[in-house]
Amino acid sequence: MQYSEIMVRYGELSTKGKNRQSFIGRLNGNVAKALHEYPGLTIRPKRDRLHIELNGEDADGVMNRLSQVFGIQSFSPSLAVEKDMTKVHEQVLALMNETVPEGSSYKVNTRRSDHDFALDTNAMNLDVGDFLSDARPDLVVKMKDPDFILRVEVRREAIFLSTTTIKGAGGLPVGTAGKAMLMLSGGIDSPVAGYYALKRGVEIEMVHFFSPPYTSDNALAKAKELTAKLAPYVGGIKFIQVPFTEVQEEVKAKVPEGYLMTVQRRMMLRLTEAIAQQRDGLAIFNGESVGQVASQTLESMAAINDVTTMPIIRPVATMDKNEIIAVAEDIDTYDLSIMPFEDCCTIFAPPAPKTRPKTDRARYYETKIDVDGLMQRALDGIKITEIKASDQFMNQATDLIAELL
Amino acid sequence: MIYFDNSATTKALPEVLDTYRKVSEDFFANPSSLHALGGKADEMLQSARHQIADLIGAKPSEIFFTSGGTEGDNWIIKGTAMAKRQFGKHLITTSIEHPAVINSMKQLEKLGFEVTYLPVDSRGFIHVEDLKAAIRKDTILVSVMGVNNEIGSKQPIAEIGDLLEAYPNIHFHVDAVQAIGKGLMAALRHPRVDFITFSGHKFHAPRGTGFIYAKEGRLIDPLLTGGGQEHDWRSGTENTPAIAAMAKALRLLLNDEDQKVAQQQAVRERIYQHVSQFDNVTMFSQLSDDFAPHVLCFAIEGVRGETTVHAFETHDIYISTTSACSSKKGTESSTLAAMHVRQNIATSAIRVSLDEHNTLAEADEFNAAFDAIYADFQKLNPVNRKETVRAI
Repeated sequence: MQYSEIMVRYGELSTKGKNRQSFIGRLNGNVAKALHEYPGLTIRPKRDRLHIELNGEDADGVMNRLSQVFGIQSFSPSLAVEKDMTKVHEQVLALMNETVPEGSSYKVNTRRSDHDFALDTNAMNLDVGDFLSDARPDLVVKMKDPDFILRVEVRREAIFLSTTTIKGAGGLPVGTAGKAMLMLSGGIDSPVAGYYALKRGVEIEMVHFFSPPYTSDNALAKAKELTAKLAPYVGGIKFIQVPFTEVQEEVKAKVPEGYLMTVQRRMMLRLTEAIAQQRDGLAIFNGESVGQVASQTLESMAAINDVTTMPIIRPVATMDKNEIIAVAEDIDTYDLSIMPFEDCCTIFAPPAPKTRPKTDRARYYETKIDVDGLMQRALDGIKITEIKASDQFMNQATDLIAELL
Repeated sequence: MIYFDNSATTKALPEVLDTYRKVSEDFFANPSSLHALGGKADEMLQSARHQIADLIGAKPSEIFFTSGGTEGDNWIIKGTAMAKRQFGKHLITTSIEHPAVINSMKQLEKLGFEVTYLPVDSRGFIHVEDLKAAIRKDTILVSVMGVNNEIGSKQPIAEIGDLLEAYPNIHFHVDAVQAIGKGLMAALRHPRVDFITFSGHKFHAPRGTGFIYAKEGRLIDPLLTGGGQEHDWRSGTENTPAIAAMAKALRLLLNDEDQKVAQQQAVRERIYQHVSQFDNVTMFSQLSDDFAPHVLCFAIEGVRGETTVHAFETHDIYISTTSACSSKKGTESSTLAAMHVRQNIATSAIRVSLDEHNTLAEADEFNAAFDAIYADFQKLNPVNRKETVRAI
């Protein structure tokens, strides 16, 4: 079946009052970015729907991409038919034969924006239902909870038919909620936190700490590859790598073992805040989950949080590990996350970190190190790259392998 | 040279060996090593797994590499027995399986498991009703070959799958060593099939490599324990070059599969139509759809299979007695015995087995050689012999 358009229903933004225009504008832009591989499309944002005219482009490919765009409640591939009831009947039957199996229940649901059309909503429902009861006697009409709803939309330009509604990604269009930094380690939790941030419309930039030679190029490549996994939801994500070797060495040398982790984390948070301020970020997201490890007890969070007043949002804070893993598998970051490369969080992990660090002790130990100097040098060494969905970092031999296989 | 013994093994393709050599040189590191060379080897290994999974319509996590068909059969049968012994100790297979299956079953019998060997009819097929009757509460495994290696009968895998829908706890294993690339993917991938055994050297990959499909959620115990490779299911440093070569060979094999199947069918039919005209020839393989396109088994009565094989060899044509695995023992074919073929005919059986590269011209050459050999053998024919004796 060659569909003529995909009709997209807006998500929550339909309720956003005055901001509506800017939401629709942003969604329109995000949809266009997500579909840039299909130059033949015409995208028409309307007040209550977005219409994507296919002009012969591949409907399945387009829908596949659409399912990753936040701010979409659902979408339906539709068939445009000339405003001629004989042609409508013809196409209704073709569409029903292709998409609705024998013996299913259905109802006809007409919407009419062209009030000049000869048949009104009820007459249209009746006419199409009447036609189908002859053409497809196997089908049962059911008003409440039918298997299929045949949607008939009478618009100025044509009549649109659809039987299929596909659930969208939900959430808000990325960018409508402002910008924030995500602390991306390379583990399972932080990419999931990033996914949830994007889902609520937040434009995120990745902050990744790396400590060569203690952490390998693989660990850095893995963090970038994880970023590429989240990129399809936005188009592209900025990846900010922060050199952390000197901080870690200094902390290791000067701070007692029980507070190594706490002080390191405070330094990370300070740096992330500084980067956020430089880059107009409004908040910090991370993948902390209450009680999961020593640094994520409430005592630890309080002692670490002490260094900033910027909002820290922890989307997976109250999720169980298994729940987080399930999401990670869904968004295809899990297999990457479990690759065994040391990251800067594990490399100097003391055998017995304090699970109940005291804020004042942490503050006191920090007087032993040159916080400002360390931060300045780390910030001076920052490197920023833009990562796209199609970028590859882990698999350097891909082309050679493809040739050999 | 005409090579008609492809069910015994196939000739590795030059482009497959090319991959083997290059991977041996450029991806030689242990895929488990942490360094970049190890990572590169692992990437090759996972890419090969991915490609094979795609080709057979499975997930990469459902593919496990082995050393070949014998290991696959042994692993799935014994691994099921070990993993499910607390649920039951009864296994079902057929009386015409490859020795890798039959002898694994025999070993389990010594350990206290019970095995039902399903009979076959005179054409070489099991009947689903027999299987149904054999299923018990304590049955843990049904193991049936996709294509018989001696006569080429395609066993009713899809029907068995349908039957086993009602017995969700039984493991269903298909030995597909002879079935791959022969137009049988749909049956093999019946949703009820839990395990499938494949062997690389039967489709132009190097010897010593193969893989199994194990459906997600179905568990078997490992046979080889050690360093935890293959998700701890099959230890042993991965044979990366052979695995990469096998992935390539499988891609080449399944490319234009329909056309290749038709080609083999045509070659087989040309030989069948010719040799079946002779009075003293008994055909065991049929041209009907329930036989695989590449196997043709028949007997020239009164002449031992081995003699016929050597006679063809003088024409530079290579065929075998019924199966390479039993041919040197001089025993009659176990499949033909199970079909109740008389022993003197069974010992005369020979097998022609094709691949996608064999041609109709080769079939014609084979037929011409057959005529010469058949004429020679008529001296040995009992009828002719009797006359000779009388003359003396």
